[in-house]
Amino acid sequence: MALTQPPLLSRSSHVTNRAFSVEFAGLGRSFPAPKKKTSTGVLGDVTLRIEPGEIVAILGPSGCGKSTLLRIAGGLDSPTAGAVTIDGTPVTPFDARCAIGFQEPRLLPWRTLSDNVALGLPRGGSRTDGREIVAELVSLVGLSNFAGHTPRQISGGMAQRTSLARALARNPGVLLLDEPFGALDALTRLRMQDLLLEVHRAAPTTVLLVTHDVDEALQLADRVILLGKGQDDAANGIQQVVTVPGIRPRDRGSAELAELRAQLLGGLGIERHAAGQEHL
Amino acid sequence: MSVDATAYAATGNAPAVAVTLSRAPRPGSRRWAVVIGGALLPALILAVWQFVTATGAVATSQLPSPQMVWEAAVDLAQRGLLWQYVAISTQRVVIGFLIGAALGLALGAVVGLSRFADILLAPTLGAIRAVPSLAWVPLLILWFKIGEESKIILITIGAFFPVYTTVAAALRHVDRQLVEAGRAFGYRGARLFFTVQLPAVIPSVASGLRLALAQAWLFLVAAELIAASMGLGFLLSDSGNNGRIDRIFLAIILLAVLGKVTDSILALFERWAVKKWA
Repeated sequence: MALTQPPLLSRSSHVTNRAFSVEFAGLGRSFPAPKKKTSTGVLGDVTLRIEPGEIVAILGPSGCGKSTLLRIAGGLDSPTAGAVTIDGTPVTPFDARCAIGFQEPRLLPWRTLSDNVALGLPRGGSRTDGREIVAELVSLVGLSNFAGHTPRQISGGMAQRTSLARALARNPGVLLLDEPFGALDALTRLRMQDLLLEVHRAAPTTVLLVTHDVDEALQLADRVILLGKGQDDAANGIQQVVTVPGIRPRDRGSAELAELRAQLLGGLGIERHAAGQEHL
Repeated sequence: MSVDATAYAATGNAPAVAVTLSRAPRPGSRRWAVVIGGALLPALILAVWQFVTATGAVATSQLPSPQMVWEAAVDLAQRGLLWQYVAISTQRVVIGFLIGAALGLALGAVVGLSRFADILLAPTLGAIRAVPSLAWVPLLILWFKIGEESKIILITIGAFFPVYTTVAAALRHVDRQLVEAGRAFGYRGARLFFTVQLPAVIPSVASGLRLALAQAWLFLVAAELIAASMGLGFLLSDSGNNGRIDRIFLAIILLAVLGKVTDSILALFERWAVKKWA
């Protein structure tokens, strides 16, 4: 499982790297409530601009609409109010400029890892180029020795790496990641975070990352968006926008990050236990 | 012990490689044991059959001896009828099964994939499915006389429904997350169907095909019993009228063997499908 230094992407020969801006304007999403005639608002009035190449983490408690926001950005769901644009034009259903890494790997069990990654290739490319890109991505995520395996023969972490490679195969202008490392063990998760940073360094695309892990957000993101309900809000909205200082990869133990962590945890409703109270 | 040692060695070098441990041999894992085990009961039945007829415990007018059944087979074979009956019955089953299975696949796919088609077609098809097979016979004879069409259509009806039902149900239950992933990567319509949905239901399709083949033999006999001038079902009804109990036994045994052999062929396909696609 040890990740040897993955080679940096040499994909410039095949594809040009893309990074697009994403803009949410007064975005809202409500779902019709069962039995009642009213509908429940999940997201309300979310306005945010994400710059090309930026990594933004969306943080929030369960059910706060994090995933819904991400799905709307990718055209997997549509807003009931407001609008979302990528690179200045409205998002279309299953927008081709985005690629999504789901919470579960969602690999086709009958296909090899290589063939699963190939599923992400955009249409219309040549077969030979496609094969080269897939081979490069598989080696980028450290799975060259397992390219011919099927998803059932590999571990959860390897499946998530395959899923990430599949998303990258699409050459996305916006990479959407929905708690991609949430189901992994703690060590694998840290390795995956480093891998994501290396991938981003090699091909700096825009990344929108949903997570419930404050440390993960602080380690990866340029900015952290805290979603949640205010005192008298009907729906979830942006509660905090935190710009994370420092150049990645960041020192996981720095005092500056510790302060931000406490601030974000406070925003999530987690009490800060002052020194001397820790044993309580 | 040596198995454990190799397993540790393998995992030590590459922790994530799937290691297939050689399982301890259990009864039924060897091919010859399976064949012999499966032949035990038929051999026993044959022995008991031989015994009760030879000792006169059962009158041969009620239960012919194995010898008599064998002679009936030789007699029919010499007249050229045995092969003809087997061939025509098998031909009807194969043609009816192929048409029925193809229609079942097509309609099952439409109903399983489209909510609209489901609402429109499923109740009607369900009602047609509820009609007992024999109820079709008088109508088919009236429309198509006793030619080949009437029998093949009846068998088609019999083979259609198991395939239709399993395909439609399996497509409705394809993992939604996989389908959504397919869509998210730009797959739609036919490409989505052939990339995600169809491979996902192939194991169910294979078991549906096996059910359909069993139904095809069932409907064949129903058709031939009532309106045919050759075939195994005709042999049954003709022998029944003439009191040729040896030939009735022969026909039943032939149906059992033919049904089992054709089912085994599909079972091989099913095993391959499950291994490859499940």
